[in-house]
Amino acid sequence: MTEIEKRQDRAPVVPSAFEYATAPESREIVRLEERYGLFIGGEWVEPRSGELQPTISPATEEELAEVSYAGPEDVGLAVDSAREAFDNGWSSIAPSERAKYLFRIARILQERSREFAVLESLDGGKPIRESRDVDLPLAAAHFFYYAGWADKLEYAFPNRKPRPLGVAGQIIPWNFPLLMLAWKIAPALAAGNTVVLKPAETTPLTALLFCDVVRQAELPPGVVNIVTGDGRAGAELVKHPGVDKVAFTGSTDVGKEIQRAVAGTDKRLTLELGGKAANIIFDDAPLDQAVEGIINGIYFNPGHVCCAGSRLLVQESIYEQVIAKLKRRMGTLRVGDPLDKNTDVGAINSKEQLEKITELVAAGEEEGAEIYQPPCRLPEKGWWFAPTVFTNVAQSYRIAQEEIFGPVLSVLTFRTPDEAVEKANNTPYGLSAGVWTEKGSRILAMAQRLRAGVIWANTYNRFDPASPFGGYKESGFGREGGLHGLEPYSRFE
Amino acid sequence: MRLPVKKTYKLYVGGAFPRSESGRSYEAEGANVARASRKDLRDAVRAAREALPKWSGMTAYNRGQVLYRVAEIMEGRRAQFAELVGDEGEVDGAIDAWVWYAGWADKLAQVLGSSNPVAGPYFNFTVPEPTGVVGVVAPEEPALAGFVSRLAPAIVGGNAAVVVASEKHPLAAITLAEVLATSDVPGGVVNVLTGRKDELCPVLAAHMDVNAVDLAGAVGERAELERLAADNVKRVVTNGEGQSPWHIAAFLELKTVWHPIGV
Repeated sequence: MTEIEKRQDRAPVVPSAFEYATAPESREIVRLEERYGLFIGGEWVEPRSGELQPTISPATEEELAEVSYAGPEDVGLAVDSAREAFDNGWSSIAPSERAKYLFRIARILQERSREFAVLESLDGGKPIRESRDVDLPLAAAHFFYYAGWADKLEYAFPNRKPRPLGVAGQIIPWNFPLLMLAWKIAPALAAGNTVVLKPAETTPLTALLFCDVVRQAELPPGVVNIVTGDGRAGAELVKHPGVDKVAFTGSTDVGKEIQRAVAGTDKRLTLELGGKAANIIFDDAPLDQAVEGIINGIYFNPGHVCCAGSRLLVQESIYEQVIAKLKRRMGTLRVGDPLDKNTDVGAINSKEQLEKITELVAAGEEEGAEIYQPPCRLPEKGWWFAPTVFTNVAQSYRIAQEEIFGPVLSVLTFRTPDEAVEKANNTPYGLSAGVWTEKGSRILAMAQRLRAGVIWANTYNRFDPASPFGGYKESGFGREGGLHGLEPYSRFE
Repeated sequence: MRLPVKKTYKLYVGGAFPRSESGRSYEAEGANVARASRKDLRDAVRAAREALPKWSGMTAYNRGQVLYRVAEIMEGRRAQFAELVGDEGEVDGAIDAWVWYAGWADKLAQVLGSSNPVAGPYFNFTVPEPTGVVGVVAPEEPALAGFVSRLAPAIVGGNAAVVVASEKHPLAAITLAEVLATSDVPGGVVNVLTGRKDELCPVLAAHMDVNAVDLAGAVGERAELERLAADNVKRVVTNGEGQSPWHIAAFLELKTVWHPIGV
């Protein structure tokens, strides 16, 4: 540890000066059922599998509801229902009518946004400030954006005749449950497909509430089917012969399994997988903004973000300054009740995920990295992990190589732009990267040389329905969002 | 009566024409043709990876001119190709395909890219970029036109390629390699292997430093090759779009860049 860092560690923690009264968001707005069936053909049906499992609030370990775990027969029924809806109307109604259904969904999500936001925070553990200000507005915007494409597809693909594929089987993760649902369902329906979507096992509730939006929007039965369950249901969906397109967001390991499972079939596939993004800070960067970008890059949705800026690359000349500022800023992060409007960092999504983070952090300490966590009181119940930064990290350490998917930042240094590029690209992943510098030509050069699908320059973790998102290398293929997000859901005559 | 000088048909790797390191050959179309080994394939992938920065770093205009030059040099050897494949139409089609794809180099970003109107003060744009090293299994027939129709779209966007030539009709591919070697295509951008597809394709599909594979010309179990390709999440092309910018797009990544707007 350098002298400056030692001094910083002993400096009084700033945030104690700011004590906030709690400001909990009321959960009255959410009405939970005791148990949920599967949403197939526009109706709630009991699972043929007979299997029910509780879904738990990660912040309190409270059992929120019982959810059906779909078996092979259930998945089959959902695919059949989607096929029937595709053949009997959805693929042949006027595209302008299809558009109007999607506009309706966007509007209903806006109208019921608080209800969804509270439920998202309850079931997934993310701070209400994020679900309210990020997840919900973006989910509604995604439907609004793709609604407009539904009757303009021929303008998206010059000299080609776009046609829908048929039934899309979609599997989404637990980090942005409703937003990922929107990313999957909106372009699929806009392009004229019907869908069977499987939410993540730990965060099924907003997808189940979305079924009520489908009802209110009067979407024809079977156009959207939601089957909850675990990986077994996902595997069934992937291999079902009635599925024409598979879209998956999740880990690279599971993505590879899915790519193997569809090998040799004519199923279309898009994969949005893991990442280990470099967030690169040059010595001429606006440091206070950069530190906000670092914080937003790794502690947003406590690092449960595939594009999280989990590797911080700092130019050597400003290393001590940046680390000092970063640690001071980390001290102001408020960890706790996701429903408290002051909370910055919520709960870890599941016990399993907490174990994975804990294991990797232990590996980081064992390999010789230096750990720092600001003093903070973690709630006694639920699953929590304090914001963590590792310094003295070598490229070869597991915490610099593997996706941690938690609030854990690994700091590396560099001297030249070449070295920054070399280190940033030295990973099998290629989802995103950040660059901070005031020099325009350097931004463009770095943006060109970084092998990643999304480059945030002097900003981080920005998302928009008009902006294509997706990875290079083992971070997957295909794009979601924007004009490019329509292509994976279309075939061409 | 003069005895003609016969050509030795060798591999094309890294801009040179080596024999197979295995010392093997096989007889095809009346000639002894090099039978590439797994080691040759790995060498070819390394050559492609090394050639990538230069080729992908060229301006699109420059890349287009180089590919047009390929057509020019082929035109000069039109009679030779026609005799080799026995079909003038096929040769003309192959030459014209190079011209067609050459013209795409500096238009791809405009047709496949976009400026994205995000809901905030950010400049946001999307551009296509090469995916890296592309493995191409050329179709068995037509040997020349098939080879060109799969190779040109793979490299016009800035990728480097390792191509496994038609097993039964490998001579057109090796003769085309002589054209590439004299057309300002940097060595290593295109590497041509002849030999047994059942031996080479699985190694190509599984290679961890290959970013994408075109399996349209593969023989045998397509499913098994696709499974191998999943080990590093390769982009897999199994059919033809025909002559199309979308075929080029199958080997391109899309990169989206955000920057705040402010003073």
